[in-house]
Amino acid sequence: MTRKRIVATVAHRVAILAYVLFALFPLFWVLKISVTPNDLLYSEGVRLWPSRTVFDHFDFVIRHSDFPLFFRNSMIVSLSTAVIVTILSSLGGYAMSRFSFRGKFWIVGLMLLTQMFPLVMLIAPIFKILSPLGLTNSLSGLILVYVAFNVPFATFLMQSFFDGIPKDLEEAAMIDGATRFTAFRQIILPLTLPGMAATLGFVFTAAWSELLFALMLISGVDASTFPVGLLSFVSKFSVDFGQMMAAGVLALIPACLFFFFIQRYLVQGLTAGAVKG
Amino acid sequence: MASIDITDVRKAYGAVKILHGVDLTIQDGEFVVLVGPSGCGKSTLLRMIAGLEDISAGEIKIGGKRVNELDPKDRDIAMVFQSYALYPHMTVAGNMSYSLRLRKTAKEKIAAAISGAAEKLSLTPLMERRPKALSGGQRQRVAMGRAIVRKPKAFLFDEPLSNLDARLREHMRGEIKKLHQDLGATSIYVTHDQIEAMTLADRIVAMNAGVVQQVGSPLDLYDRPANLFVAGFMGSPAMNMFEGTYRATDGAPRIELGQGISVPLAGPAPTAEGTKVTLGIRPEHVLVGRELPGGFEARIDLVEPTGFGTILHASAFGSDVKAFSLERGLAERGDTVHVAFPVERIHVFDTATGARIG
Repeated sequence: MTRKRIVATVAHRVAILAYVLFALFPLFWVLKISVTPNDLLYSEGVRLWPSRTVFDHFDFVIRHSDFPLFFRNSMIVSLSTAVIVTILSSLGGYAMSRFSFRGKFWIVGLMLLTQMFPLVMLIAPIFKILSPLGLTNSLSGLILVYVAFNVPFATFLMQSFFDGIPKDLEEAAMIDGATRFTAFRQIILPLTLPGMAATLGFVFTAAWSELLFALMLISGVDASTFPVGLLSFVSKFSVDFGQMMAAGVLALIPACLFFFFIQRYLVQGLTAGAVKG
Repeated sequence: MASIDITDVRKAYGAVKILHGVDLTIQDGEFVVLVGPSGCGKSTLLRMIAGLEDISAGEIKIGGKRVNELDPKDRDIAMVFQSYALYPHMTVAGNMSYSLRLRKTAKEKIAAAISGAAEKLSLTPLMERRPKALSGGQRQRVAMGRAIVRKPKAFLFDEPLSNLDARLREHMRGEIKKLHQDLGATSIYVTHDQIEAMTLADRIVAMNAGVVQQVGSPLDLYDRPANLFVAGFMGSPAMNMFEGTYRATDGAPRIELGQGISVPLAGPAPTAEGTKVTLGIRPEHVLVGRELPGGFEARIDLVEPTGFGTILHASAFGSDVKAFSLERGLAERGDTVHVAFPVERIHVFDTATGARIG
């Protein structure tokens, strides 16, 4: 290796390291505050790690706050949204990828249109629609809204995965004796699993961290999701940083676990086009 | 096994017409090759037989039964795709048994069927591999194995050898022919490669622009092409074609090629004096020599040795004449030689209609 190349490699690694540190630092800070006792919070404000660590905040959050309820609500909302959206967008994406039908152009156009407006604009009308249906202040209402907003993008995402699978495969299956749906289920779906995992993960995290609709459509504690719940640690006179961060750390766990389980598919999915089958 | 009857089958996508009425009967056990340039409609016709494309008009019968409205799965045919279309997430055994599993065939029967097919195609040691771990030729054989395990009424092949290199293609061509001789299955094979068509077919269907140009045995098409398209398409190096004028008034039918050269014909052609005609002669039938009776002078422009023989390009009467000879060292570039067209080897076509007239 020449000197120049060594320098370039080192510079490259340093740049990556700097970026990773920059990206992960907030997470580290959340973790650090969550284990810092309240009396050290300000006195050791800028130390990288407190001189004494405690788990009191976690204890409080789990045993004495409404956080477990928020957590449960968030799980229900995010998982339901992710599963429903993935199923709908798989079916929709397959249709977009394989069939030409009347009105396809307009349907695609409408789906794009829904992505154009800032969500804030839509909150009032959506509230107006959901309210008489009794869907405000309920998890089902929230799921409905999340599904509606995530389906268009997820459909385009799934369509691109289906486009990557040769038509010949399902034609071969159909000649082998499968109906179109059997071919879809037994041949195409297994090959699209990485794509579905990517969609599932994408929608799950989007729903998990959604604040705007959750805040506007839900007013009671019973149906609050965790991002809304986090705000309850902010009171009129103070912010309970320790508990808030402890709740944040706990909220990170499902997202991390989720990605841990699907990452194998995710990497496959993101590189699927690069490998010739 | 079954016969296939195609009656006035048409295909149109909106205003664009792909097939203009195809009539064809394929006998039980026959190997028919559909051949033609890209976009001639041969693959579309095959896919219509398979049920992968709707039939715009006309009727297709398999084994005497109308299949126009049947789904592919109910037509009891097998197809080998150009891309092989192997299921990537299944092993070789899984690929081959898929059709039988869909039909809920008993396990022992499936095992017997796939091991039989695997043996026939020498796939036995590869049964647990996935398509990813196979070479092109092996994938091709798995695709064939998948087709033969369930003993369908007919086999359809859609350019199955196009993705293989030349040597492997030749080898697989032999295997397909052998397999057909073993199984005696009704087969329709689509290709744009006229060598594949010649070597495999019991009968060739030459197609161009959505119209069947000629149906016949390979040698029929080669020796007596029905029109200019077939004459030009079949054979490599391609047939020489020279435009000229038909003359027969003085009782000696001949074609005037210009520059004072005229070529005598064996007999009168059914056309009027002065008609523009095209004279066709295959390169291997063109005689080349130092002195030839009835020959005319030509200058050698290019010599292409193929090892097997030599292709000579000569210019005479303002045209390029190709000759193919098994002899080596017949002439060098720049030589002046004689070329002659033996009268019994000459094809005559009406230039305007393209039809064979002699």
